Order: sequence, then C-alpha cells, then structure tokens
Amino acid sequence: MKIGKNDVAHVANLAKLKLSEAETEQYTEELNRVLTYIENLDHLDTEDVLPTVHVLPLQNVFREDETHLCLPREEALANAPETEDGMFRVPRVID
Amino acid sequence: MRKYETVIGLEVHVELATKTKIFCSCPTEFGKDANTHVCPVCLGFPGALPVLNKRAVEFAIKAALALNCEIPRFSKFDRKNYFYPDLPKAYQTSQYDLPVAVNGYLEIEVEGVKKKIGITRVHLEEDAGKLIHAGFADYSLADYNRAGVPLIEIVSEPDLRSPAEAKAYLEKLKSIIQYTGVSDVKMEEGSLRCDANISIRPLGSTKFGTRTEIKNMNSFKAVERGLAYEVARHTEIVESGGQVVQETRRWDESKGKTFAMRSKEEADDYRYFPDPDLVPVIVEPAWVEEIRRTLPEMPDSRQARYISEWGLPAYDAAVITASKAMADFFEAAMADYHDAKAMANWLMGEIAKHLNAEGLEITETKLTPAHLVELLKLQDNGTISGKIAKTVFEEMFSSGKMPGEIVKEKGLVQITDEGALAAIVDEVIANNPKSVEDYKNGKEKAIGFLVGQVMKLSKGKANPALVNKLLREKL
Repeated sequence: MKIGKNDVAHVANLAKLKLSEAETEQYTEELNRVLTYIENLDHLDTEDVLPTVHVLPLQNVFREDETHLCLPREEALANAPETEDGMFRVPRVID
Repeated sequence: MRKYETVIGLEVHVELATKTKIFCSCPTEFGKDANTHVCPVCLGFPGALPVLNKRAVEFAIKAALALNCEIPRFSKFDRKNYFYPDLPKAYQTSQYDLPVAVNGYLEIEVEGVKKKIGITRVHLEEDAGKLIHAGFADYSLADYNRAGVPLIEIVSEPDLRSPAEAKAYLEKLKSIIQYTGVSDVKMEEGSLRCDANISIRPLGSTKFGTRTEIKNMNSFKAVERGLAYEVARHTEIVESGGQVVQETRRWDESKGKTFAMRSKEEADDYRYFPDPDLVPVIVEPAWVEEIRRTLPEMPDSRQARYISEWGLPAYDAAVITASKAMADFFEAAMADYHDAKAMANWLMGEIAKHLNAEGLEITETKLTPAHLVELLKLQDNGTISGKIAKTVFEEMFSSGKMPGEIVKEKGLVQITDEGALAAIVDEVIANNPKSVEDYKNGKEKAIGFLVGQVMKLSKGKANPALVNKLLREKL
C-alpha cells in the first residue's frame, strides 16, 4: 500500500469532499493502483532530465501595464447565487 | 539573568504600485465601489487565462535588488490551494520553490549596534479580496477589487533577536522599498503587512524552539508589542514546564494579547503545484542590469554622505534619510544653504511634528525647499527672531506663502533699533521692581524674566540679544 485510508480521508478533507466509509475504501484501493502504475516511471533513468515545469515551449509571456475595461458590476455578479450591496454573499467564514 | 534567546523571522507583504493587477488589466486603485474593478480573470471564471504583468516582475526585481538579492535566471508560478472566499479561484497564484529573488540582506542598527539581517527570498503573488463580516449575520460579503493586485512577499531569515530588532528591520525595509518607488508602503492602508514567526530557546542553544505565527499586527508599534507579548507568553509556558503549541495567533491591539486562530499543520497543507496557465519567467542578466540602473541612491549610502559631506550627526542623517521625500527635500534645500545642522533641526523638529500630526509626506504639503531656505536666511540675517520664525513657519505651512511676504504683511520684522527697544525696556523695568531688585541682589535668573517681558511686549519682535544688552546697561 502506497497510501492508507487516513491519507485519503485527509486529502478529501482538504478538498472539502464528504466521503462515506465505503467510498474511502474504494478510493484508497483505486489510488493505490494508480500509484503503483505510476511507479513504472521509477525504472527510467532520469539522471540528465530537468524537471518539467511547463509542457509548452513558451517563456516570458507578458502584458504591458495598461488598464482595459472591467466587467460591469451587474455582469460580474450575474451568476452569484446571492448578492448584497454589490458584493458576493457567501456563507460566514471567520478565520 | 536572561535565560532565553528570542528568535524572530518576518514575512512582509508589499503591494506593488502598478497600474493594473498582476494577471489581468483591471486597475489596482484603492477605495472604489465594490466589485467594479473585476474581470473574468480575477474572478476566476472558468476558461479565463491569466497573463503576467511585466511591470510587476520589474518592480519585484527592483525591490529585490535594493535588498541585495540574487535574481535567479529561472522562476515560475505555482498554485497555493486553499478554500477561503477571499480568493474566488480556491487557490492563490504564488511562487513556491523557484521565487523571483533569493539570498539578500539589509542592515539594521539597534542601540548603536549594526547587524545584517538575511532575506531568504522575495516572491511574487496575487493579493486576495476583502471580506466583510457584517455584525452577527450568518454570512459574509466579498469584494474582489483587491483580488489580483500584485504583491511581493519578503521573507527574512530567523536572524532577529528581539522585538526592537524586528521593528528596526521593518522600518528599514519600508524605507528601502519606498526609495525604489515600487510601492507606497503604507501600513495603515495595508500596502505593507507583516506576519511574524517567533520562538524562544535556552541561551546558547542552536536548535530552534517551537514557533508561533503572529498575524494582524497593523503598525510598527503593534509588531513590537505583539512580539513582546509572545516572548513573555512563550517564556511563561516553558518556565512552568509546558510545551509551546505550533499555531497561528492573532494579535488583538485593544486587548494587548494574542489569541489562537487555527492549528498550523492543517492549514499549511497547501498542495502547491506549478500553475499550468502561466509559463516560466526567464530573467537574463542584461535585464537585471537594466533594472539595477534605475535604482536611486539608497538610504544607507545617503546617510553616510550626509555625515561626511555635511557633517551631520549620525542620528540626524538617519532620521532624514529614512524617508526619500524628506532626503530629497533636504538635498534640494542644501543646494542653496550652508548650515546643514540648522536645516536638519527644522526638518526633524517643527516640520516632522506637523507631518506626523497630519499624516503627510513632505511632498504632500505646500512647503518647498525654497520656503525653508528663505526662512532660515531671514533668521540668519537678523530680519526675524527665532521665535517669530516659528510663527512665520505656521503661516507658510498652512498658506504656502513665501516667508518674506508673510513677514512684510504682518509686520514681523525684528526690532533691532536701540531707540525703539529702549522705550519698551524702560517700561518693563518700571513695571517689575521686584525682579529688578532681585537682579541687583545678584539673582542672575531674574534677567531672563525681564527679557521675557520685553519679548512679550514687543510681540516677539525684539532681538533678544539686544534686549539683554540694553537691560544690563540700564540696571
């Protein structure tokens, strides 16, 4: 086993997912199978290979520091389930 | 005897003064109507793609160079994942293992001792939005105008050994960043924010103790107080045989205490990974040098120059160079004046007092170097007394009129005519027989009182040296 049920429960918690006991079992098993498969990569010689940061052969894509039109507020808020005073209304969160 | 050593490291966030956000072209202006400076990118709408603001990179490099950092050729952006509605994407775009700058330092001086404080790294990231928790309602309101404003986070080495050193570091950092012009670094407006990591350990130990992170210290004073509180709290726990818990704590300014916010382990599992929407940034040495050439002379160098060129005391030089606006003003004024110490006294005295009271930089007032030079010259050539100079200053500070004009308008020219003064002196002698007698009986102090009376009667316009001379002649 690469990871246990506790790891799965921890990751699910961080991702705000509610998993049942059966689902946790199932994902633990499936994720372990995935990880075992990925382990095949360990057999490759990567001595001279740099870590891949990005898959596209691009670098330094910049914008100039110039303002453009923003969204009208009504549009920005259009998809929000709840709004108040031009703001997004969200469940109360206190840090 | 001191048994413990305090170890402090600071994480400082500085908002960059770019016109637009870091990954989109929304304006960064402060104080606009909620959610009017937002777009699909900073609202995290599906499919919207971020594009990096070149000036934000240049500003970050400029600040980093001023902090003596190295600029690695290669850097990249990562996603810091967390669920909190201040960021609509459920992650903050930041830099994890390959930041834009590393290995810098700045120098502080506390109680006459100079010390280098290491800077581990400077990285670029986006600011979060603002949440408003309205009263006792069961909801919060989110305004994303600030979401995506470019920030640099400056992380110090755990080199600070006291709350006073932490404060000195912050003041120096603020001054340096202000000189570079990449931010207005106003703590009260949130463009400079500071979190601290603090621990204690037995004196002589090289192992770190368990640390706590302190947030919500919103002024330099609060940083010093908050840290001093934490030192005392840690010491008490350790002394009583307890264990400091690693956690994030919130400084409550009104209560003067810190309170636990959340346990660090859980919150810190940010599962960083490279942001696939942003490509790497390559900074060639030529670009670094180009940016380096735009750096102005830094406060340390100016301070040394004021001491050697103008003979200013080290303290005065440090106070004046702490603010670039003040130092620029000083240099412009000295181009037309000779007495650096007299100039410094005005800047650190009356002028600093007014600026502090009104929360202004000198450039935000009507005062120009020409005003101050003219005022000092009027005093030097005896046109006005030192006391009147202060009156003239008040007037010119509020109206912006030139001192010569004010003196003429209000008839404040110093009375240096012996005949005119003699009459007032006679009147004072006649009205204060007791003091006159005291003086004659050898009470030297009594003459001070008589001089004061003459000054008062002349509405401050009498030349005090002349008054003194006349009084002594007549008595």
